[in-house]
Amino acid sequence: MLTHDQLQKTPLYDEHLALKARMVPFGGWEMPVQYDGIIKEHDHTRQIVSIFDISHMGEFIVDGDCVECGLDAIVTMPLVDLPVGSCRYGCILNEQGGVIDDLIVFRIEERKWFLVVNGATTQKDKAHFQKHLKEGAVFKDVSFQTGKIDIQGPLSFNVLSSFVADVGKLDYYTCDYFDLLGERVLISRTGYTGELGYEIYFPWEKTKDLWQELIGHDSVQPAGLGARDILRIEMGYSLYGHELEENISPLESGLSRFVSFDKDFIGKDVLLKQKKEGLTRRIVGISSENRRAPRQGQRIYLGSGEEIGVVTSGTFSPSLNKGIGFGFVKTQHADSGSPVIFGDNKSKNAAVISSRAFYKDGSLRNKTV
Amino acid sequence: METVEHLLYTKEHEWINIEDGEATVGISDYAQESLGDITFIELPSVGDEVEQFGEFVSVESVKAASDVFSPMSGEVIAVNEDLNENPGMINKSPYEKGWIARIKLSDSEEQSNLMTADEYSKFLVSVG
Repeated sequence: MLTHDQLQKTPLYDEHLALKARMVPFGGWEMPVQYDGIIKEHDHTRQIVSIFDISHMGEFIVDGDCVECGLDAIVTMPLVDLPVGSCRYGCILNEQGGVIDDLIVFRIEERKWFLVVNGATTQKDKAHFQKHLKEGAVFKDVSFQTGKIDIQGPLSFNVLSSFVADVGKLDYYTCDYFDLLGERVLISRTGYTGELGYEIYFPWEKTKDLWQELIGHDSVQPAGLGARDILRIEMGYSLYGHELEENISPLESGLSRFVSFDKDFIGKDVLLKQKKEGLTRRIVGISSENRRAPRQGQRIYLGSGEEIGVVTSGTFSPSLNKGIGFGFVKTQHADSGSPVIFGDNKSKNAAVISSRAFYKDGSLRNKTV
Repeated sequence: METVEHLLYTKEHEWINIEDGEATVGISDYAQESLGDITFIELPSVGDEVEQFGEFVSVESVKAASDVFSPMSGEVIAVNEDLNENPGMINKSPYEKGWIARIKLSDSEEQSNLMTADEYSKFLVSVG
């Protein structure tokens, strides 16, 4: 593990310390896991509105025609038909069809693309893009110029519109440039919580000013990575390093709808083969019969004791008042409703296989205008 | 971090309140604070025999699973059933409503292996 001094710090590091956040290493960064309490922060996001420091994530800009410059063939989702001002989620794969990273691509101009990737994988993603982009593509890594604050929760529009009057024009998974605190900045209506929300890309050295303005609003509380993890698991969202890895295909991790077989992309051959021959393992939801949560690395068993899979993420869900999680199981045991047991040498707990979309009452698609 | 004067403490951050050969056991304010929101507890059964510093309860917080060790040996004579539905009571009231179990002690001399509130406070300073 990296020592304290080797960890990267976001532009909001001092703000977190001032708020007495508990800081932890996360993907090479020193990040706030909680401020006041993880469940409180979760509840505030579901019911009101929270801000999250997500400045550790990587951002790239690619200039060029998406097909000619090779970008379209690096990502699994289609780009040709993506309207300017829209965002699309997908993956970048290796030649074996394994996931190098998941990402969101924004079409900010006809021939200009903004890519948001995970913090821990930014360097390898960069190398992958630079290797596979063709001549004519202009690639820029703007990760260390770009701070990022997510504002998420049913009241996020009410709060953000007091700073950006016309932000209500953004529909789910669209983006545009807006004037905010004297800066012209990119804002997308996206998120990782299942609630109505926005992600704001702000100049690195001024991100602190934005944080202070937002947190000065009566409704807004800060939320850490602990709450963010629960919120995303309740929604069935994958996390790189858990459900997504270089030896896992997006079909196995339940991301088929973010893979377009109508175009060419790196890793397509292997995925086509998997599709034809059938998958041997598949991601499932695990719904505990009580408050005990499955934990990453625990095994999944049938009642007979036969081991059928492994847990990738898990948490206590405050929204459902029980333990929930994800895991990979052998395909023949992946049907929803099947009783299973999760655990390790110390404890075993009953659960059922379920859909990964545990929480269904989120405000993410709410109309704002 | 809050401690309570008349209780005895372990290095694993449990407390015990001894009264006439019986005792109530729980975890300290420091322990609940370090664990964060407690979301699940697996209580022992009444009648279980426990050993001093032996595992007897597991607790889970949103972040991790941990073991709780019995401060002294004896037989479990009651458990705080309320914690099954409301384990967060340990966070709110670690020394009172968040008690975990009552034990009939088998060896009262074991208390010499425990710390007083004053010693525990100093121990907390030393572990940072």
